[in-house]
Amino acid sequence: MKQVAIIDYNLGNLFSVKNACSFLGMNVIVTSDPQDVVKAEAIILPGVGAFNEGMCNLDRLGLSEVIKSKVKNGTPLFGICLGLQMLFTDSYEFGHHKGLGLIEGSIAKFPNHNEGLKLSVPFIGWNTLSFPNTDLKSRSPLSEFNSSDSFYFVHSYYASPQNNSLILSNTTYNGFKYCSSIHDGNNIFATQFHPEKSGKLGISIYKKWAIENKLI
Amino acid sequence: MAKIRIIPRLDIKGPNLVKGIHLEGLRVVGKPEIFARHYYEQGADELFFIDVVASLYERNSLDDIISNTAKEIFIPLTVGGGLRTLDDIRKVLRAGADKVSINTAALKNPNFISEAALKFGSSTIVVAIEAIKQPNGKYFAYTDNAREFTGVEVFEWAQKVVELGAGEICITSVDNEGTGIGFDTELIQGVSNLVNVPVIAHGGAGKKEDVLNLVNSVDVNAVAIASMFHYDYLNNGYNHDHIACEEGNLEFLSKKRKVNAFSVSSITDLKEYLKINNISIREINN
Repeated sequence: MKQVAIIDYNLGNLFSVKNACSFLGMNVIVTSDPQDVVKAEAIILPGVGAFNEGMCNLDRLGLSEVIKSKVKNGTPLFGICLGLQMLFTDSYEFGHHKGLGLIEGSIAKFPNHNEGLKLSVPFIGWNTLSFPNTDLKSRSPLSEFNSSDSFYFVHSYYASPQNNSLILSNTTYNGFKYCSSIHDGNNIFATQFHPEKSGKLGISIYKKWAIENKLI
Repeated sequence: MAKIRIIPRLDIKGPNLVKGIHLEGLRVVGKPEIFARHYYEQGADELFFIDVVASLYERNSLDDIISNTAKEIFIPLTVGGGLRTLDDIRKVLRAGADKVSINTAALKNPNFISEAALKFGSSTIVVAIEAIKQPNGKYFAYTDNAREFTGVEVFEWAQKVVELGAGEICITSVDNEGTGIGFDTELIQGVSNLVNVPVIAHGGAGKKEDVLNLVNSVDVNAVAIASMFHYDYLNNGYNHDHIACEEGNLEFLSKKRKVNAFSVSSITDLKEYLKINNISIREINN
C-alpha cells in the first residue's frame, strides 16, 4: 500500500492526525527523516505552533528542500493549520520570515477588533466555510459540504494567497473574512482548520483525499 | 457571532467517571469511554477530562482513557488534573490530548504557564480557575479541586494568566458546581470582560434555560456541562452493567436516584433549544 509521510518537525500534536489516518486504514509513517519523505507517495504537513520555529525545524531537519522538490514533482500534499501557512512565501508572525514558498502570499495576525466586534485571539472553535469557486470546490476533498457544515479551528494567524483562484474556501470570524483552505487545482490541498478534530465531516475529508490519491 | 461550544465535562477518578457537588462528595457515574463516545455521537464540540484526584494523590491515571478515546473520537480533547511539569504535559499530549488544563501547578508557580505556552503554544494551554465567592463579595481562586485556599483574587489572576500566555480560561464557580442552580453570571462576565482569550463557563448548569440565559447575558465562547448530560444519559440509554469500578460510591447508581435540581437534557436537545433561540451553535448532519 502507498505510504503517506506525516511530517514530524517537533511541533504540536501529530497523534490526532495519525489516529485519523490509521482509523481510515492509510499506511502512514510519522517521520522527521528526509529519506522517508523521499520515498513517500503522499505527504501530510500538520502542525500547531509558531511559524518561525516550524520553518527553522523543517530547515534544520533537512525537510524543506525535500518537501518542495517532491511537491513540485506532483506528490500530493495535504497541509493542516500551520502546515497550510508554511506553504506560503512570507509570514509576519513575530517579524518577517520566509516560508516554503510553494504558494505566493503571506501570513498575518487577526486584528483584535473588527467592525466593533471583539475577536478573541487565538480563535478556538467551530466555524463554517463559504466557497468562492464552485468548480474548484467540486474537484476538491470539500466537494460534498455546504455552508452550514462546521469545522474546528485553532489559530491566531491567517493566510492571504496572492492568487485568489487558489482560495478553496473562506471563513468569516466575527465579520472578519479570511481564506480557510486552498487548492491549487492540482496536488496541493491545505486547510486552516483541523479536519482530524472536526468530527465525522472532518474524517470524510481525509477519506476523500486518500481515495482521490489512491492511498486507501 | 462565533458558535458557542458545548463541552461535556468528564471528571475522572481512577477508571471511573464520577460527579460531585462543589467538586466534592464524588459518586461513580459510569465508564468514561462509553460516555465520551455517546457525547461524540450526540454532537459534543469538545470533551474536557479532569482527573479530579490527581493533584491530591499526585498521580495521572487518565492516559489510558485518553489514548483509547483519541483513536476513534475526532473532536478536541482537553485534559487536566495534576499536571505539574512540562513532561506531564508532553505525556498527555502524546496520549492524544489536544489541550491541557492546569490549575494547581499554575498557582504554585505562575511561570509554569509561560514555560508551557512557550513549549506547546498558547492555544494548547487552558488555565482552569476554581472560584469561590467570599462573604465580602470577592472571588478567590482555589486549588486541588477547591480544597486549598490560595489568597489569590480571581479577576487579577485571570488577567495574569493571559499575560503569562494562557490561550483559554475555564472558569468554574465552585459555589454553583454540581448544584444545578444556574451559572454565576457575575463571575463569568467579570473574567470575560478582562481577557481577550476564549472563556469556558463551568459550574451550575441545571437546565437548558440556564445555558441560554448565560450565553444571552455574558460574552462567553464555550460552556462546560457535566451533571445535566450525565444524568440524562444515565436515565436514557446508558447500560448500567458498564461500570468499571474498583473504587467509589456506587449507591447512587444502584438506586438510580433522581437529582431534583436538574432538568436533564441531551446535547442534541440543548443545541436544538439554543438554535431555536437564535444562538449560533455547530450543527451536525450525520
